[in-house]
Amino acid sequence: MTTHYSKAFLAELYRQLHTIRVFETRCIQLYRQGLIRGYFHPYLGEEAIAVGVCAALGPQDYLTSTHRGHGHCIARGADLGRMTAEITGKRTGCCQGRGGSMHIADVSQGNLGANGIVGGGTAIGVGAALSAKLQGKDSVCVVFTSDGGVMNGTFGEALNLAAAWSLPVLFVIENNQYAVSTPVHESSREPELYKRAAGCGVEGKQIDGNHVLEVYEAAAECVRRCRAGQGPFVIEAVTYRHAGHHVNDPGAYMPEDKKEHYRKIDPCRRGRQFLLELGRANEDEVQAIEAEVERAMDEAVAFAQQSPETSVSEFLQQISVYS
Amino acid sequence: MAQPSKAPSERSRVQYRTALNEALAEEMRRDPTVFIMGEGIAERGGSYKATQNLLAEFGEQRVIDTPLAEASFTGAGIGAALTGMRPVVEILFIDFAMLVMDQLVNQAAKVRFMTGDQCRVPLVIRTQGGAGNGLAAQHSQSLEALFYHIPGLKVAMPSTPADAKGLLKASIRDDSPVIFIEHKLLYLTEGPVPDAEDFLVPLGRGDIKRAGRDVTLIAWSNMVPRSLAAAEKLAAAGIEVEVVDPRTLVPLDKELMLNSVRKTEHVVIVQEAIRRGGVASDLASIIQAEAFDYLDAPIEILAGLNTPIPFNLTLESACVPQEADIIRAVKRVLGRH
Repeated sequence: MTTHYSKAFLAELYRQLHTIRVFETRCIQLYRQGLIRGYFHPYLGEEAIAVGVCAALGPQDYLTSTHRGHGHCIARGADLGRMTAEITGKRTGCCQGRGGSMHIADVSQGNLGANGIVGGGTAIGVGAALSAKLQGKDSVCVVFTSDGGVMNGTFGEALNLAAAWSLPVLFVIENNQYAVSTPVHESSREPELYKRAAGCGVEGKQIDGNHVLEVYEAAAECVRRCRAGQGPFVIEAVTYRHAGHHVNDPGAYMPEDKKEHYRKIDPCRRGRQFLLELGRANEDEVQAIEAEVERAMDEAVAFAQQSPETSVSEFLQQISVYS
Repeated sequence: MAQPSKAPSERSRVQYRTALNEALAEEMRRDPTVFIMGEGIAERGGSYKATQNLLAEFGEQRVIDTPLAEASFTGAGIGAALTGMRPVVEILFIDFAMLVMDQLVNQAAKVRFMTGDQCRVPLVIRTQGGAGNGLAAQHSQSLEALFYHIPGLKVAMPSTPADAKGLLKASIRDDSPVIFIEHKLLYLTEGPVPDAEDFLVPLGRGDIKRAGRDVTLIAWSNMVPRSLAAAEKLAAAGIEVEVVDPRTLVPLDKELMLNSVRKTEHVVIVQEAIRRGGVASDLASIIQAEAFDYLDAPIEILAGLNTPIPFNLTLESACVPQEADIIRAVKRVLGRH
């Protein structure tokens, strides 16, 4: 790393990395206790991508997320209490308990939402960028997608559309190497997914998705150039899940040696090292951040658990708009 | 253009496609967030000329030709609608909307709901359907039931130039996604259109296209003019048909329909779409649930045959209700064979 990073910046990156780690870990516990139902796709192991990319964004920017969207939501600044309430299905949740894990969103922060359909949000993100261009805003839209998502037809269409119209879109392919359980090389003859950009006349690059500073630098450069009218861009961030596709998938198809390799380059542990070494923080300062995150998560869980249950009668009134 | 016999506030002969064009132009003038995109809509003015001359007035920023990639440009419409714009996306044939079902059904219809009302999707999908020009099985379908079935989508199906204009303007101003289904045989039809700049037809308000005491005939889109022609012939035989045009299937003007049924006690529902799983069946279920005691005879449903539309013109017309079929259906429901 040649760039000089301030201690405060590195501390903020680590705080977010650790927040996602703690949020997912605690929510999995809640899931095991039966307090979270439905699907839950943890972002564990991929934290550096959301954190690095969102650190490169300004308040005017947008993102579209995926079914594995908690990390994007947190890195974009969503309230942990309202997120936990949402995932536990409470009325106080950011989506009033109607969306849950797969549809978590905080639209006020330009987060247009997670998506239960792989590839479903790709074109929507292009539209947000089109909208910004038509309104003369300098907003950029990050489209988070994945190795699974780029196999869907919407990726090719949306990338081409963004390219044809020179839109400020940054496509971030979170290549965690499995679409549910199918490895990339079984889905595509070309496993280097960023190369698809070239066919649409778009610059693409592959980066280490477990290295928050590398992610940040790549994203910041693309965002800057998007604002200068040179978009779109594609970043393929290579990473690996800690476990299976969702919380009930043990990931038996994930080889132990590969898991071990990625454990060694764990994004949170590396983020901690960056803060200690590049940021010259001491161990006490880092532990203070970790304690603060734990406390915030305790509060979030307490908020969710103390929140009232949803009301069917209120819901029945609200849905009259759909009749 | 105004004829002396007409009220000064309306023009008597405006084409359906011109009415659509006026609606788009007026809304684009009124609201800078309105823009349109679709295949060949800019320089070419659209396959049915509904967007002619809009490029010249509004420029290529607001009149956008798209690649032939329906899923992505429709998705882009959703994204733009979520972020401050009011896009009108044209899907050239409703048959092509099948390429876009995820975007319409899983995204546009649900994002407001799933996010707990954090956002709105003020998106209009202008598309057209129906048989009649020998365009065969992939360019002739009547697919409104697919969208009628999905909570979160509104469905407009104008049958006259005035309704086309007023409904399109209202759809553009609406905060929900509206599937606006035109009919390929209606573009060149003519009718009176009010001049008022703010002429709107509210979504969810049907219209009695012809008053009558004997039979309630419910029809929409191109089945309306066909039913009106049948009604004229039936009038000569002493049968007075009330033609009820819901204009929008979602929201549905149930009361207009039910009030007519309570008066006439006989119901014929005419739909161009195939019979199976159609909107007509659902309307019949609503009527029998809410006005059963008024019915003097079983509800008659006249619908398209359960088949893809063939290319051959004779076969094509055999698949879709024709004027003579409507006359027979009305007589059947009255027991006058």
